[in-house]
Amino acid sequence: MMPIRWMRIFCVVFVLCAGAVLAQAADEAAAESAPGRTMARQATQDVQGWTTVDHSRLDALKKPFASGKQVTEACVSCHSEAASQFHQTIHWTWLGTEPDAEKRMGKAGDSLNNFCISANNMQDKSCNACHPSWNGQGTEGEVNCLVCHGRQQINWTEAFDDLNAFSGSDDPEEQQIVADIQADIQQAVQSVILPARENCGSCHFYGGGGDGVKHGDLDSSIAQPPKSLDVHMGVDGKNFQCTRCHTTVRHNVAGRIYSRPAAADRKSLIEDDLTAKITCESCHSATPHKAGSKANDHTDRVACQSCHIPLFARQNPTKTWWDWSKAGTLQDGKKYNEKGEFGKEVYMTIKGEMKWEKDVKPEYFWFNGSMNTLTIKDFIDPEKIVAVSAPVGSREDKNARIFPFKIHGGKQPYDTVQKVLLAPMLSGKDGYWETLDWQNAIEKGMQALNASYSGSFDFVETTYAFPITHMVAPRDNVVRCAECHTGQGGRLASLTGFYMPGRDRTGWIDTLGWLAVLGALAGVALHGLGRAFSRKGGKES
Amino acid sequence: MAENLTQIYLYTRYERFWHWFQAAMIVVLLITGFEVHGLFRLVGFDLAVRVHNFVGIAWLIAFAFFVFWVFTTGEWRQYVPTTQKMFAVVRYYAYGIFRGEAHPVPKRKDAKHNPLQRLVYLMLAATLLPVQMFSGFLYWGYNSWADWGLDWLSLEVLALVHMAGAFSILVFLVTHVYMTTTGHSIFAHTRAMITGWEGIEEGEVQDWERPVKPTCET
Repeated sequence: MMPIRWMRIFCVVFVLCAGAVLAQAADEAAAESAPGRTMARQATQDVQGWTTVDHSRLDALKKPFASGKQVTEACVSCHSEAASQFHQTIHWTWLGTEPDAEKRMGKAGDSLNNFCISANNMQDKSCNACHPSWNGQGTEGEVNCLVCHGRQQINWTEAFDDLNAFSGSDDPEEQQIVADIQADIQQAVQSVILPARENCGSCHFYGGGGDGVKHGDLDSSIAQPPKSLDVHMGVDGKNFQCTRCHTTVRHNVAGRIYSRPAAADRKSLIEDDLTAKITCESCHSATPHKAGSKANDHTDRVACQSCHIPLFARQNPTKTWWDWSKAGTLQDGKKYNEKGEFGKEVYMTIKGEMKWEKDVKPEYFWFNGSMNTLTIKDFIDPEKIVAVSAPVGSREDKNARIFPFKIHGGKQPYDTVQKVLLAPMLSGKDGYWETLDWQNAIEKGMQALNASYSGSFDFVETTYAFPITHMVAPRDNVVRCAECHTGQGGRLASLTGFYMPGRDRTGWIDTLGWLAVLGALAGVALHGLGRAFSRKGGKES
Repeated sequence: MAENLTQIYLYTRYERFWHWFQAAMIVVLLITGFEVHGLFRLVGFDLAVRVHNFVGIAWLIAFAFFVFWVFTTGEWRQYVPTTQKMFAVVRYYAYGIFRGEAHPVPKRKDAKHNPLQRLVYLMLAATLLPVQMFSGFLYWGYNSWADWGLDWLSLEVLALVHMAGAFSILVFLVTHVYMTTTGHSIFAHTRAMITGWEGIEEGEVQDWERPVKPTCET
């Protein structure tokens, strides 16, 4: 009788255990094929690049070129609308599309940042190094199509200067130089491609005047990144180019954020096959994790980036602090630079004090896709830290989600009378970098913007926010639940106004509860002791 | 004392299974629940959440079977509260037990619970556990509140109710485990809940313990 009974119990236990193990294995198998991953893979099958044009065989590109303008004319001789299309885009105008008569958003307008502060109405010429025109001429010049579409980047200004200097010479050596330069130019002109990471990166990796200064999730490490740095762009992975997500319509590249979000709707390609692929959800859907996963319950209020980009600046350091008020100190009567632990400048006479960080944990804010950026016309409260750029959104905003940001701090000049931020001229003979004279640089800079200046300035601490969306980490490195669901300094510790399990608790119920439990324990302990002693006593009597 | 005991088969197989199954689920839910609440780190937050959700839903389903069993077998009568002998039982645990007196209400096949147990178990099975299961279910369905027309609910308040329930159950658990040692021997009641056989002292069946005759027995 007994053995059969035990056999029965054993069988039941065995079946239960086996079931549990099988369920776990099925879970793991399902994780491999999380639906959002499968969908994205289907949406981005490897494209075999093909084109009906071999630019090296076009007569228009075989002729000699004496200037950038001639190159543009050659491009436009076939692509008749390309330049006029491009002239309408923010890449060319550097102006936001928001119609606001009072304030012109954008670098070329009244917008400010806490890096080089302002482009001074495009008159701070050093900024034009990144304008996609020939020789940094800005919107006055012609479009240099090859900034974005050239595989081979050469120093165009130098090449054309040398070419024009030596052409017409009788010296056979100089004629040879001319022929060599012309060959280089033609080769570069003929190697036309769709924009690659290096093309976009030639400006976007170096924003703010150096590698990794601005973004934190975009720097030269993204040019040829390993998959561990970015799962999408990794050369040992999907090897996406920027344009895989930053889809383009009439040369308008998706993804720019000012007061308008990069994407108005959260749509997947299933809902709209022509939608921009700029959001994660475009390819991965709004419920990308396996069915029943708690992570899917988060996607309504937590952006994918919040968990999938645990740290940014994982390979190269990024600048996190820029104090202009420290600028101007000389060493032995000369301007000097000082480098810090990452081999990056921590002090420059012309720029001030800087801090760099690597493997930076983002800060998290509610974000509906719009940024609020200050202009020279916005009043500030110099008693507080001024947010030159800050995400817009709140928990009450249905379109807002918790999103990761890089916050760049610093100090920059403001008008102590008019209570506005100031835009000093930096480059050029009157610029601060030459003169180290703030008063003069500010006057010149504000004049360029047709803005008034009281003549009295001081420095105020400011912050600038960058949404973090690149450097998506491999699945195994995602932010763990307990990094936010914890009462001890979690990633979301500063976001208040809502109850979060594991982070928040109602103190008095815990106190009351534990008092009750302790009371029960004490009660039964006393009762038990009473029994032990009284029974012993009872037996003896 | 032991020589006076009569062995009776008090707990059926399903009752025993349900008791221990529910006990195990409650212990797992308490441990994982307190971990989710952030009191300690044992299995990790995400595993604790997954286990808590799985076991919680399993409990809800299994409880439905228990409710079915209670009503189809007529065992619900064991939970009908009474004030008779209540004072005697309270007096026994507060005083008589220390003097080695006999329990005023020995167990019977058709009266497994003394008046105090009837009251406590009724509160437990009809109020505390359902409140805990219901608040847990709502907590679990947080993302569907808008669909269910419950978006006026506050997660903070619900979490508070669920925590209060958890503490109440823990208090019950402590007391209950202790009370199992008050039988004829320390493990007598525990053994009974495993084997089904409880040793009871001979005694007369109280009137109130007699089963109510069902009016239409099938």
